[in-house]
Amino acid sequence: MAGQALAIAMVIAAGSATYIMSVNVYEALSETRHEYYERERFAEVFANLTRAPQSLAARVEALPGVDRVQTRVVAAALIDVPDFADPVTGRLVSIPDDADPLLNGIHLRRGRLPQPGRDDEVLVSEAFADAHGLRPGDRLSVLIKGRYRTVSLVGVALSPEFIYQIAPGRILPDFKRYGVLWMSRKPLAAAYEMEEGFNDILLGLAPGADPESVIEQLDLLLEPYGGLGAFGREDQISHKFLNEEFRQLQQTAGLFSGIFLGVTAFLLNVVIGRLVNTQREQIAILKAFGYGNVQIGWHYVQMVLAIVLLGVLAGTGLGAWLGGGLSELYMDYYRFPFLRYRVHADTVLVATLVTGLAAVAGTLGAVRQAVRLPPAEAMRPAPPETYHTSWLERLGFRGRLDQPSRMILRHISRRPLKSALTAAGIAMACGVMMLGTFFTDAMDEMVEIEFGLAQREDLAVSFYDPTSLRAVHELRGLPGVHYVEPFRSVPVRLRAGPRSYRTSILGYRPDAVLHRALDDELQPLRLPDQGVLLTEQLAGILGIAPGDAVEAEILEGRRPRRQVEVAGVVRQYIGIGAYMSLDGLNRLMQEGHAISGAYLAVDSLQRDDIYQRLKDTPRVAATEASDARLENFYDSIAEFLLTYMGFISVLSAAIVFGIVYNSARIALAERGRELASLRVLGYTRAEVSYILLGELGLLTLLAIPPGFGLGYLLSAWMVATLPHELFRIPLVLEHDTYALAAAIVIAAAAISGLIVRQRVDHLDMVAVLKTRE
Amino acid sequence: MSNQVEAAAASGQEAVFRIQGLTKIYLMGEVQVHALRGVDLEFFQGEMTALLGPSGSGKSTLLNIIGGLDTPTAGRVWYRGTDLTAASEKALTQYRRQHVGFVFQFYNLIPSLTARENVSVVTEIATDPMSAQEALALVGLSARLDHFPAQLSGGEQQRVAIARAIAKNPAVLLCDEPTGALDSTTGVVVLEALERVNRELGTTTALITHNAGISAMADRVIRLADGHIAETVRNPVRRSAHDIQW
Repeated sequence: MAGQALAIAMVIAAGSATYIMSVNVYEALSETRHEYYERERFAEVFANLTRAPQSLAARVEALPGVDRVQTRVVAAALIDVPDFADPVTGRLVSIPDDADPLLNGIHLRRGRLPQPGRDDEVLVSEAFADAHGLRPGDRLSVLIKGRYRTVSLVGVALSPEFIYQIAPGRILPDFKRYGVLWMSRKPLAAAYEMEEGFNDILLGLAPGADPESVIEQLDLLLEPYGGLGAFGREDQISHKFLNEEFRQLQQTAGLFSGIFLGVTAFLLNVVIGRLVNTQREQIAILKAFGYGNVQIGWHYVQMVLAIVLLGVLAGTGLGAWLGGGLSELYMDYYRFPFLRYRVHADTVLVATLVTGLAAVAGTLGAVRQAVRLPPAEAMRPAPPETYHTSWLERLGFRGRLDQPSRMILRHISRRPLKSALTAAGIAMACGVMMLGTFFTDAMDEMVEIEFGLAQREDLAVSFYDPTSLRAVHELRGLPGVHYVEPFRSVPVRLRAGPRSYRTSILGYRPDAVLHRALDDELQPLRLPDQGVLLTEQLAGILGIAPGDAVEAEILEGRRPRRQVEVAGVVRQYIGIGAYMSLDGLNRLMQEGHAISGAYLAVDSLQRDDIYQRLKDTPRVAATEASDARLENFYDSIAEFLLTYMGFISVLSAAIVFGIVYNSARIALAERGRELASLRVLGYTRAEVSYILLGELGLLTLLAIPPGFGLGYLLSAWMVATLPHELFRIPLVLEHDTYALAAAIVIAAAAISGLIVRQRVDHLDMVAVLKTRE
Repeated sequence: MSNQVEAAAASGQEAVFRIQGLTKIYLMGEVQVHALRGVDLEFFQGEMTALLGPSGSGKSTLLNIIGGLDTPTAGRVWYRGTDLTAASEKALTQYRRQHVGFVFQFYNLIPSLTARENVSVVTEIATDPMSAQEALALVGLSARLDHFPAQLSGGEQQRVAIARAIAKNPAVLLCDEPTGALDSTTGVVVLEALERVNRELGTTTALITHNAGISAMADRVIRLADGHIAETVRNPVRRSAHDIQW
């Protein structure tokens, strides 16, 4: 019993560990972020504008619902990092000269704050500093307002505003190529002619204030000063991405917890039921001694609860440990200055209740069956069980089978339900196992499609301001540049009825070969002359379909609002957005042939030279290399998902083992007498093991195909249920996912088989002759 | 006792088993149980021997050891010149497989196999077996070949067990209380089957019973008590199983 109890406890431990890990990691991240926001006074309303006088701040502060206001000077910058050829963009943010920021506090990790008024001292964001190994005392060259300045790095800092440090318009963080620099307000303002003025404003709200009404009033105030539309936390880039990731984590955690606890409960019910069944004789003896049914039931319930307790304890320990590890991984990645990780008591309670109830239900069901038999009957020689020729034999296999194989087949078909339940348990574990590796396949597929078929450029160059097409010719003239494709990107807020979404419209030429939108068959979409193509997710968010109209509020220039027809949908796995033909977009903007950047195919050997030339080109605001994008994809999303899935896979393997081992042990208990009789008749250990393990092996093999089906369905369900705004997960399961799941199931079966084989080797042949069944 | 051995040897009968100083001590928890206390004995070719005695007298232990199911604490057992007490586990398995037929009190049939298949369990692994049909015909079950144990009476089940035991043409047939779980009418049919096998195939047979009446069908009766051989009696005439009652 000890081995079996341990294996059951292992299943419980794996199930509850998954649940406890998943839920507590999510809780830890949410709580940590919340506390971090509180501590550093993260703003609730944000707005950028062209320039407003400082005196406006008092009027903003007077708006109803506004608690405090922090004005800032914020600017885009190009950063030249020593020994790093790639172009690096950054964001310069002012810090008050005299006091701490009222909102969006700065958490100093190393070094010190810049001295007020110094124009050559900066703080850099920790992610950027770490990516380049920058330390206080290092120097950087920063392009500020068209002029390179050498600044010295005096400190490394964090801010709640840049937890998810991502360049505007990108969907993946790139710590090497995008950084945040903080600088003393006065010199930064001077460089941008903002003395006594600001171009960025943060608002903290009074408790209970409605952000929407504040945003409305703020927009009215800022409109004359080139306000680009205020927005709440929900649209703040870092917060938005974090929300997306947290929600994804929460959903994944919920799904996995549900699946794992469900599978665990099911298995417990089955395994414990069978285990109690093997105790029929003991139950009869207890009854003969005068124990009542309730007492007997309670005895087994106590025993099972002890196992559950052991499992939940181990699961809590394991889940807490894995969750701690995963949380720390997240903490490092998001660079939270602290982590509020704890194991919530209610998660342990839920794990205990679910596994406990399932186990007790299984126990009581089996005990009820066992006590129904009068004790005298249970102690009399049991009549042989009724068997029939199995349907497989009737199909014509009869002559070719030896007796042991026949025993296997008949035993399986004698108790089809029991055999089916065992197989179902193995199939479930196999399916869950696949779910773990499915994500690797999905990530690979996303990369292959997005970076192999849709976005095939080597470099994407963007300009500060819309430029004439002549820029394309200049780029084409650079040595090492093979091919140039212009694009125009316009920030917009798309509205359809009450729904709206902030994104950008990308205009490109209908004959583009480097960067193009794909249809649902992964073929390049023909760009309509009129109208806009939306990614499927965006169409879903806005609730519109091809043929509907959408209002595009352009967020630059004169900020016109236009009605556009939705001409089609784009199948896109990474990112969200809208596409138009370049000409169509320019007509929409009522501008001439303007472009905002270009996609390049380049000679990789000459890339550093190209970078150098691009850095020297004043209008180039940013350059993004496709291989860096790929690297960032795997570094960010993929890393967590894959770590998490790695844990999931290990825990599923534990469940597979627990089930198979228990099935083998129960089979041994049920058939030990038969097997010992065969040993007496001169069957070798190997021959006898074949009968026992052959049945299990056959059930395992039979369980694998439905396990594959289940894995596929679970993956499909996961894809359909997980909300992804920025990512769409393709439902692809590669052969290796199937193969790995099958291999682990078979390996678990083999290991359990070997352990049980040890017991077969020590069957007591003498005892079996003197005892009834 | 030694006179008996000498007498048998003198009569030219070949000893199938030679047993010397056989001792078996079980540890039941912290209590030592002396199941056999130095037994010397021989079993002869073609002979039917009844082992008689109350429970705990050591008869089952003796049978288990000569059947290769158990090992003694001390003493030796030779099967036709092979020292069973020195044999490996593997060798004992082969010994049981090729040379020994067992019949147990509780039949120990495989419930998932028909009568024919239960016999085939043994014929499939033996070197020179008779067919399953032949073996079942010998115990009078030709009409019940394709019945499962659950469809057979206790006596029929035991006869299937006998057929299974003899189908390999074993050198010895070891029966532990073969009628212990049967009423006397059914028991007689089973005993008749054993008698027929012993007579027609010449299989050396050892039969454990605590029923003195049954011992009348044996050539020799060995009475065990408290791990010793208390008495050896040679029946002048073997009574036919048909005439036995209890």
